[in-house]
Amino acid sequence: MFTSRRNTIVIAIGAAALAACAVQPPSGKPSAFGVAVNAEEIARSDISIPPGGAGLPAGSGTAKQGSAVYGAKCLACHGEKGAGKPADALVGGIGSLATARPVRTVGSYWPYATTLFDYVRRAMPIANPLSLTYDEVYAVSAYILYLNGIVAEDAPMTATTLPLVKMPNRDGFISDWPARKR
Amino acid sequence: MDRNNRIKRTPMGRAVSELRGTIDRRTFLARGAAVAGVAASAGLAPGANAQGLAGQPWERVYGAPLNGYGQPSRFEQPVVRHFLRPYGDLAPGSGAALVPIEKLEGIITPSGLHNDRSHSGTPDIDPKEHQLLLHGLVARPLRFSMDALWSYPMITRIYFVECSGNSLRNLAPQPVQLPAGAIHGNMACSEWTGIPLRVLLEEAGLRPEAKWLLAEGADSSHMSRSIPIEKALDDTIIALFQNGERLRPEQGYPVRLLLPGWEGNMSVKWLRRIKATDEPTHTKDETSKYTDLQPDGRALQFTFEMGVKSVISKPSSTMKLPRTGIYEISGLAWSGAGRIRRVEVSTDGGVTWADAALTGEERPKAFVRFRFPWEWTGKEAVLQSRATDEKGQVQPARKAWLALYSPGNLYHNNSIVSWSVGTDGSVKNVYV
Repeated sequence: MFTSRRNTIVIAIGAAALAACAVQPPSGKPSAFGVAVNAEEIARSDISIPPGGAGLPAGSGTAKQGSAVYGAKCLACHGEKGAGKPADALVGGIGSLATARPVRTVGSYWPYATTLFDYVRRAMPIANPLSLTYDEVYAVSAYILYLNGIVAEDAPMTATTLPLVKMPNRDGFISDWPARKR
Repeated sequence: MDRNNRIKRTPMGRAVSELRGTIDRRTFLARGAAVAGVAASAGLAPGANAQGLAGQPWERVYGAPLNGYGQPSRFEQPVVRHFLRPYGDLAPGSGAALVPIEKLEGIITPSGLHNDRSHSGTPDIDPKEHQLLLHGLVARPLRFSMDALWSYPMITRIYFVECSGNSLRNLAPQPVQLPAGAIHGNMACSEWTGIPLRVLLEEAGLRPEAKWLLAEGADSSHMSRSIPIEKALDDTIIALFQNGERLRPEQGYPVRLLLPGWEGNMSVKWLRRIKATDEPTHTKDETSKYTDLQPDGRALQFTFEMGVKSVISKPSSTMKLPRTGIYEISGLAWSGAGRIRRVEVSTDGGVTWADAALTGEERPKAFVRFRFPWEWTGKEAVLQSRATDEKGQVQPARKAWLALYSPGNLYHNNSIVSWSVGTDGSVKNVYV
């Protein structure tokens, strides 16, 4: 009985392996070893925010509110008003990219404001990521944009307004994919 | 080949290349054999009892017991990675540990010395709790446990991984005097075993509008990159093993992506999520970093492929040649575009070049070891290597490469590396 059961398992694994090797159309067979996941499970893990803002959560924050968040959670590494040191500068450098001493900051270099929300939420503060409320993430994003002269001090950043922010270096990138240009 | 490496016979019958100081391989080996023969004929007669026989102390005591996991000899303990820590003690796990290529040989980098570029330290991942989520523009979102991944048929390939910030230390205004690996060791080559990503994507069923993937790690920065679907369906591997054993923690344990020939940053470690999308996500590490600033202030984005490159590891910066005479120049060459076709060596700062012998050139996107016999006569020399790949791309001269970019650019430096040899034998990093 044991032998027969083991053989069945071996055959099942073999069949699954063959299925995995075969090229399947999108409507192909079910996964050999993967498990189906539901929307709720996906939503708890899907933290990436593209430039259009899809996936931005509910919440709101202004630069005024963000100043306090920054002072408590960011200043120790990123310096007074985002000036940098010991970690990266977040403010300044606008107009410097074509010079002999380019200064790349959120203000001078980052093409999309959505990336700021995305990165603060997923990675900051460095010692305690995934700890900020969404209001705090919006507020501190607003504060950094404000320090760079990009949004007003009292402009609320939300899922609607953040993707509309036009970053100074929005058109400063040339995609090298698919054609290599060098 | 003959064009650059003409051999002539001297009156003493020794073959000497017109390329200054280089000698042909046959002469190199013949002279070595002659020296070995003299040593063998000078052997001593055996003594009257065993105590008089030759035998070092370790030949006269019982050796160490069997051990569970072998370690390098205690006499090799100084062979460790070089650190590049831009944030110092503030973020000691953010930065890079570079391969001490100046102390290694062959093609495969030992797993414990493989380059490690990490953004927020190395996570301590329990494989029983870790899951890989595959979702987005797919017919069937799926989740895979590590046991589930283990169940798939696997493939094994040898590929290099190079950080696109490798060799950034050679962009300093003055050449740094550091070992070769501390400058150029943000790359390594391993045997990787895992599942073709294509297999899992086909199971999930990509929708026609899925043109990119967002890949994300389970480190505390959740490092993420966008990957074109073409690469994902081509040779991308979900890697579980490196050099025959499970991935080391700093290499992405328990599961990482491996994108052969592309920026190391895209081979996302500690892989936790893949999302199929219609457009790139423009993550922080493909906008604010890993973009290549040009002189006009605009930046190239999505420069995925690593350029053709080589570096001489022996002799190299900070070493000292102890004597005049014959040396083997040895180094590594690789290209993200495919196979290495040719590596040339110059000992006169690029005035003349000659072909080096290659090992491993049959493998695409993997290290090739090159070797070149050279006689150092005691005069000043500048050693360089120049690689050519199967697409005909040639490693650029430093000046030509610099002209392409802003002085502030940090990425994709594949320019020719130069080591000077002084009359006292000291080897230094120089810009030519």
